[in-house]
Amino acid sequence: MAVRTKRVHMAKISMIVNGNPVTGNIDPRTLLVQFLRENLRLTGTHVGCDTSQCGACVVHLDGKAVKSCTTLAVMADGHEVKTIEGLAADGAPLHPMQEAFREHHGLQCGFCTPGMIMTAVDLVHRKGHDLSDHLIREELEGNLCRCTGYQNIVASIAAGAKAMEKSDLA
Amino acid sequence: MYEFKYHRPSTVRQAANLLIKNEDAKLIAGGHTLVPVMKQRLAAPPHIIDLSHIEGVDGIEMKGRSLVIGALAKHAAVASSPIVGEAIPALAELAGLIGDPAVRHKGTIGGSLANNDPTADYPAAVMALGAIITTNKRKLKPEEFFQGLFTTALEADEIITKVAFPVPKKAAYIKFRNQASRYALVGVFVARLPSGVRVTVTGAGSDGVFRVEEYEAALQKRFSPKALDGLTVPAEGLNSDLHGSAEYRAHLIGVLAKRAVEAANNRA
Repeated sequence: MAVRTKRVHMAKISMIVNGNPVTGNIDPRTLLVQFLRENLRLTGTHVGCDTSQCGACVVHLDGKAVKSCTTLAVMADGHEVKTIEGLAADGAPLHPMQEAFREHHGLQCGFCTPGMIMTAVDLVHRKGHDLSDHLIREELEGNLCRCTGYQNIVASIAAGAKAMEKSDLA
Repeated sequence: MYEFKYHRPSTVRQAANLLIKNEDAKLIAGGHTLVPVMKQRLAAPPHIIDLSHIEGVDGIEMKGRSLVIGALAKHAAVASSPIVGEAIPALAELAGLIGDPAVRHKGTIGGSLANNDPTADYPAAVMALGAIITTNKRKLKPEEFFQGLFTTALEADEIITKVAFPVPKKAAYIKFRNQASRYALVGVFVARLPSGVRVTVTGAGSDGVFRVEEYEAALQKRFSPKALDGLTVPAEGLNSDLHGSAEYRAHLIGVLAKRAVEAANNRA
């Protein structure tokens, strides 16, 4: 019996990921997070809820925080993506926001952390380096952590925001 | 997600032609409604037409006495626009209450209106301000555009291109959010326009956004929270679900309307 094959309309895409040009020939159904994790093996970006609630999948698209589980990879064609892996070079010192999370124990299991940090860096880009706890908590409404109770995450972001002012890393 | 063919037009006209040529095609702009329902297989469009690469449809500008917002303008752009903040601060605030920061970087005003979710925020502003919705074919008043639950007057090959908001003398939007979804459990938009006062409610009506004419008449006489004392909205026809009963929503409408009037007065 002949095997029935389905014709899939593939899509060629190219984008800049963490400063490097990448290409792919993908099924248009591919989510940006799948493209990053499965095609590019950038597994720092996580899938938590898969329903755009939890923020574990947050990456920067053209410099703005987005939920990569709710973005089609084909829609990012021609654009620029930054993931947690792109914040600091391999072997180089951590990005100040990453360092602040380490210093202030802003994580426990670590699953939400990449999304938290990418959201935090976006927050600093939009609102500056002097962030009140209240503002940080409001801005974290799209990022869920099931371990920490947020106290240390808020402290980490406030410290990381200040540290970013003195850093060359954006 | 089921398989689909992806199209990327570079003009609104091309997008409309693709809609005519491909039956059951769906438009995508930010994708923050469509992608989730496709992932859940609640929608399985055979064709997706990506509007996000069309240029010149996301502008925000004053034209005469109207604030004109392009259909592809993101919620974040509306929320942070100095032009919106100056002309209709209530609208900027409303946009800043949609979803969360990452969602606001993707979701668009055109997408929100075309979907007409009964708990969405923008329909309340459009209806209260009497905004005119322009498509590739015609101009629509809110009363013509909104036609009930997830239903609009948009035809199969029709695409929203911009929304023109008349600038009110005073306006405010107060939203009582569902704590999990961030959608409006109830949202009330109050606007005082040269043509009169309008009060609209989202989140509560089982047919989507609606006006509260009794409130409007009372506020027309006296634009003060006190004018609403003793006036109630019947629970009949309101949504009742695990988040709140129809009676609870009816009560919230009264409370939020008063807060909105107060906020509008305090802003002026």
